[in-house]
Amino acid sequence: MNYKLDFTPVIEGMPQLLLACLGTFGLALGGMALAIVIGIGGVILRDSRVAALRWLVKGFVELVRNTPFLVQIFFIYFALPLAGVRLDPTPTAIIALGINGGAYAIEIIRGGVQSIGKGQIEAGLALGLHKAQVFRLIVLKPALRAIFPSLTSQFVLLTLTTSVCSAISAYELTSVAQRIESDSFRSFEVYGTITLFYLIISWVMMRFFAAISQRYFSYPVK
Amino acid sequence: MNEAATSAAAPANAMIDMFHVEKWYGDFQALTDINLSVRKGEKIVLCGPSGSGKSTLIRCINHLEGYQKGEIRVGGTRLGDDARTIDAVRREVGMVFQHFNLFPHMTVLQNCMLAPMRSLGVGKAQAEATARELLQRVRIAEQAEKYPAQLSGGQQQRVAIARALCMKPKVMLFDEPTSALDPEMVKEVLDTMIALAEEGMTMICVTHEMGFARQVADRVIFMAGGAIVEEAPPEAFFSAPRHERTRKFLGEILQKH
Ligand SMILES: Nc1ncnc2c1ncn2[C@@H]1O[C@H](COP(=O)(O)OP(=O)(O)OP(=O)(O)O)[C@@H](O)[C@H]1O
Ligand SMILES: [Mg+2]
Repeated sequence: MNYKLDFTPVIEGMPQLLLACLGTFGLALGGMALAIVIGIGGVILRDSRVAALRWLVKGFVELVRNTPFLVQIFFIYFALPLAGVRLDPTPTAIIALGINGGAYAIEIIRGGVQSIGKGQIEAGLALGLHKAQVFRLIVLKPALRAIFPSLTSQFVLLTLTTSVCSAISAYELTSVAQRIESDSFRSFEVYGTITLFYLIISWVMMRFFAAISQRYFSYPVK
Repeated sequence: MNEAATSAAAPANAMIDMFHVEKWYGDFQALTDINLSVRKGEKIVLCGPSGSGKSTLIRCINHLEGYQKGEIRVGGTRLGDDARTIDAVRREVGMVFQHFNLFPHMTVLQNCMLAPMRSLGVGKAQAEATARELLQRVRIAEQAEKYPAQLSGGQQQRVAIARALCMKPKVMLFDEPTSALDPEMVKEVLDTMIALAEEGMTMICVTHEMGFARQVADRVIFMAGGAIVEEAPPEAFFSAPRHERTRKFLGEILQKH
């Protein structure tokens, strides 16, 4: 053991690493936004009256949850151009993260929706609201509240999964770190540093979700 | 499918008409040949043993449950299974549930404003004015900014009544509105219902509060096994029940209270 620590390349690369943290946040927030849309939309379609839509959502969830994210992101990265859509790695990464997170979000949010008592729905219908209004105005918020802790863990996981997007050279922390490491061979220092960064990023995300919860889901319940 | 042929003899001032209504849950027949006509301003108390179909009957009136045979008319609108007539009927029929079913994420005021704004298209200021007025009427105006979980059961049920009234319904349905309440809160809810009755509201109340029935009901209806067994004005109903099942039921009820 006479490996001498040398943080010089890390310190010199610090501005790039810090900027890359913003890239990571960007991927994570973009992915989450898409995942929420897919999650809520998927829950609506998952219980739709049209059997084909229900099966489509079920199939989507099974496919995404039982295949590796790395394979998914490669597939999207190389499949989209075949469909005539040519996207940069970063938008591709957001789409992949959103699709992956969305599949998990569907199952999580669905659990929340099912936890809402039938009486709530009937009260809304009896007041003359339509099914879609009942879902949007009466069911959704308490449902999200019920599963918010699980959704938070899922989204912290999604945040950390952004590092896999280095495989298609999306702009984020891990790929920038890899570049510094391959120029300097200071693996321990570089990856030690970004490990700490990821820890901080996760913590910031958790604070972010706690603030959302505090803001929107803090109404009193029995 | 509904049989149109049966609807001939509806009285002109009928608010609710049920003709030969039959309902099944799968193979189980929950309602058998229900015929009931409720005049404008009339108050009906519906009672009967557990599982006799009381909830099912009133839930058919606002189509929370569909029915397979017969016909239901509410305020002249024939209730089909199309969204248009269901909407029309639900806007005219208020319902109060055993477990209040207030929306937990909205304040009392928001609970009362939601449906008038979203379902009737009433403006915000108007909806708020109506809500405050009705909260006043159920004597709970000072709790308008609270959330349901911060209220007692009796208070929650009064809010639920106000919330239904904000739609300016022509009929109010009550499904055991006091049976989930602690005994000391029953009276405040019954008093609210009595006041509503005195204002002339058309009401169908599923309840085992026989004092309320005596004081308010024009007719008491006894159901058993999915059918209407007996109906009579309260005096006759309580003093001289005609059917053995009614007598047995009244015996059990009076013993409990
Ligand atoms: N969704 C349903 N599916 C199947 N059977 C049902 C359903 N809802 C009610 N039933 C059955 O229909 C019958 C009538 O039920 P209903 O709830 O109308 O009775 P009730 O008179 O209101 O009883 P309670 O006093 O217990 O509220 C019961 O036998 C009940 O088991
Ligand atoms: Mg019942």
